[in-house]
Amino acid sequence: MTTTLKETPKLVGGPANYLDERLGAGSFLKRNLRKVFPDHWSFLLGEIALYSFIILLLTGTFLTFWFKPGMGHVVYDGPYQQLRGVTMSEAYASTLKISFEVRGGLLMRQMHHWAALLFVAGMTVHMLRVFFTGAYRKPRELNWIIGVLLLTLALLEGLTGYSLPDDLLSGAGLRITEGVAISLPLIGTYLTFFLFGGEYPGEDVISRFYSLHILLIPGILLALISAHMILMWVQKHTQMPGTGRTNQNVVGAPFYPAFMAKAGAYFLFTFTAIAGLGTFAQINPIWLFGPYTPADISAGSQPDFYMGFLEGALRLMPAWEINFLGYTLPLSVLIPALVPMGIIMTGLALYPFIEQWVTGDRREHHVADRPRNNPHRTSIGMAAVTFYGILWLLGANDEISSFFHIDLYHTTIFGRVAVFLGPALVYVITYRICMGLQRKDTEVMSHGVESGVIKRMPNGQYIEVHVPPAEDIADHLRGKAPIPVVSGEPDSEGIPPKGARSILGKAKATMSKKYGTEHIALEEDHGHGHAAIGSGDGEDRKELH
Amino acid sequence: MIGTGISVNSITARRRHPLARLAVVALALGLLGGGYALFAPSNSADAAIASGKADDVAEGKSLFVAHCASCHGMNAEGGPMAPPLVGVGAAAVDFQVSSGRMPAGGPGPQVPRKPLGEWVTPEAINQLSAYIMTLGGGPQRPTAEMVDPAKGDAAKGGELFRANCIQCHNFVGAGGALTYGKYAPNLNEATPEQIYEAMVTGPQAMPVFNDSTITPEDKRNMIAYIVQMRELKDPGGFGLGRIGPVTEGLVVWIAGLSFMSLTAIWITAKKRKK
Repeated sequence: MTTTLKETPKLVGGPANYLDERLGAGSFLKRNLRKVFPDHWSFLLGEIALYSFIILLLTGTFLTFWFKPGMGHVVYDGPYQQLRGVTMSEAYASTLKISFEVRGGLLMRQMHHWAALLFVAGMTVHMLRVFFTGAYRKPRELNWIIGVLLLTLALLEGLTGYSLPDDLLSGAGLRITEGVAISLPLIGTYLTFFLFGGEYPGEDVISRFYSLHILLIPGILLALISAHMILMWVQKHTQMPGTGRTNQNVVGAPFYPAFMAKAGAYFLFTFTAIAGLGTFAQINPIWLFGPYTPADISAGSQPDFYMGFLEGALRLMPAWEINFLGYTLPLSVLIPALVPMGIIMTGLALYPFIEQWVTGDRREHHVADRPRNNPHRTSIGMAAVTFYGILWLLGANDEISSFFHIDLYHTTIFGRVAVFLGPALVYVITYRICMGLQRKDTEVMSHGVESGVIKRMPNGQYIEVHVPPAEDIADHLRGKAPIPVVSGEPDSEGIPPKGARSILGKAKATMSKKYGTEHIALEEDHGHGHAAIGSGDGEDRKELH
Repeated sequence: MIGTGISVNSITARRRHPLARLAVVALALGLLGGGYALFAPSNSADAAIASGKADDVAEGKSLFVAHCASCHGMNAEGGPMAPPLVGVGAAAVDFQVSSGRMPAGGPGPQVPRKPLGEWVTPEAINQLSAYIMTLGGGPQRPTAEMVDPAKGDAAKGGELFRANCIQCHNFVGAGGALTYGKYAPNLNEATPEQIYEAMVTGPQAMPVFNDSTITPEDKRNMIAYIVQMRELKDPGGFGLGRIGPVTEGLVVWIAGLSFMSLTAIWITAKKRKK
């Protein structure tokens, strides 16, 4: 038995009408609630970062109620026996208080820290998804740059937050930060004294980091995340190639109710992950580390994972320095602190523009690439991942050495070689894999897929029957588009085109040719839907190789 | 044989006597044993006899010969692979033998802790220690009171631990890497007595922290800290090895992101149209 609603209930209609007359909410919602979102699991990865950020704001607010960002000395007399009577900073003592005396404090601290790790990890995988599918292409270059800024700011936000409890582990990180700042030529000393308010560690740095961590950087993050979302909303989300999907439409489910339900569910899953980790896995146990004193340092002092690649660079770097006219340029700190970060962040920010320049492609793209279909981009991305990954891995070389019983120096030597050789090797391997996958797609389109049926012919010969791929898969494969190439070929009179005469132009033409032309065209089936491999007529066989 | 007046035949005849072989073996054994008794050092053993520890020393010496001398030399004078043991003291003997490090399994950058051999009993260690002490003294083993964790101040010990130990042994003694394949071992398995002995003898790569560097009372405070920390239940859940951000990063990438990816795949999955 069902009852149908004949008219809107007064309780709903009244307030809705009130708001609509004053805010014009009705037409706004009408326009936006039906917004269509394409569906693919990888499109949700960015939401990990978004929801982690919300949890960070909430748990972080809770922590500010008790945290004291001071470096004044106090003697601990709280419930944690192993530190009673020890002199420590107010910041460290209040973090101990949050952990052991505030109800729910330790859970909130742990959730805040796990959420921070998941925030950066979520951003990283989201960025990789956008990169490898070419979703940064026009018109989304600016949103990509906002993303790179968000990632950079997240690292800075993490660094300042990690330093706040003023424990011995975070002090090691703070000391490295100071080392990097002071190694900068000309401005280093001034910058350090400005940052720390005098000699390291001084009495100001925690409260300054606190302002940055809870006010300035989150404010900018919030603004940029809003901009990131609004741009995504206005420009519409990219979609994977498939049936009926073109550059002019978006195929998917409307925001309300389908996408909203999924997004809501995904928030709850993110919350589950963070609350689950916060409950069951201990993170940043500052009571084990002890309060910071500049004289102490521990084995196994590591940064949080997102700073691991910088730590690794520092550990791999030979002890080089230049002494000139009484001035020292400590390359052993300067290079690892600036070069890998510079390569990765600048490379990320510029990639959309470099690709546009190389391919000459100024068209709008709303359909994403499959990674295999742009093999050079995918290989460059994988090489960068390898470069980052090796530095990251070697940031933990002491733990690796100790756990797997490998000579520490061997890990360093391995890293010094692998950081150069690894990306090159991975580039070649990825390129070959992409080409192989493209050939596989061509084979599927021209020969179909194995049906599992083996037929015996009247003459006694056996053939394996292939059937055409399912229509949605075929449409997915057909999404492959050729990569444009800037022509550098001379015309009939031997004169190269205008853009390709200079050295830069020639380089561009060469790169463009490399980037775009090694491309295996999809060959559609020749009309007979049951291409039989091994039927011996040769015409089919040649497509396989 | 010419000019001795004894005929060659009579000598060879004696050599062929049925008991000749026995006589030769008896002579050789007698020479060997007599020679050993003549040249083996006996002075310190005399001193030990005077102090009433002769039995322990003699037993210790025979244990030494059986288990240690192949590397450390018959007189503990050291060898190409092993240091001399003159002056290392009873503390070193107890640390090395009771932790299973000695007798060493084989050459390597560092000798690991391992399960004890069958012959290693507290009594055997006492005997071995007594013998080594006769070679030139050295640090004595601590009394039970000196290493009683209940009598130490853990907070004070923690400060000393952070100032002196964690550079190698990690924040709460999880251990860490050193150069050339050496390492600072995990402290969770060490007994209070072994920790004390390690500090006073400086085994392998470890420096010596003698009584003028760290007083015996402070050593007891440090032992109290180490023992309390290993007994401390992690209030935040699984401790993840207590080595800090490396395992935390592994957990967030492996457990956290796998979970998030699987749920993303789950909620976006749809039935394929046939």
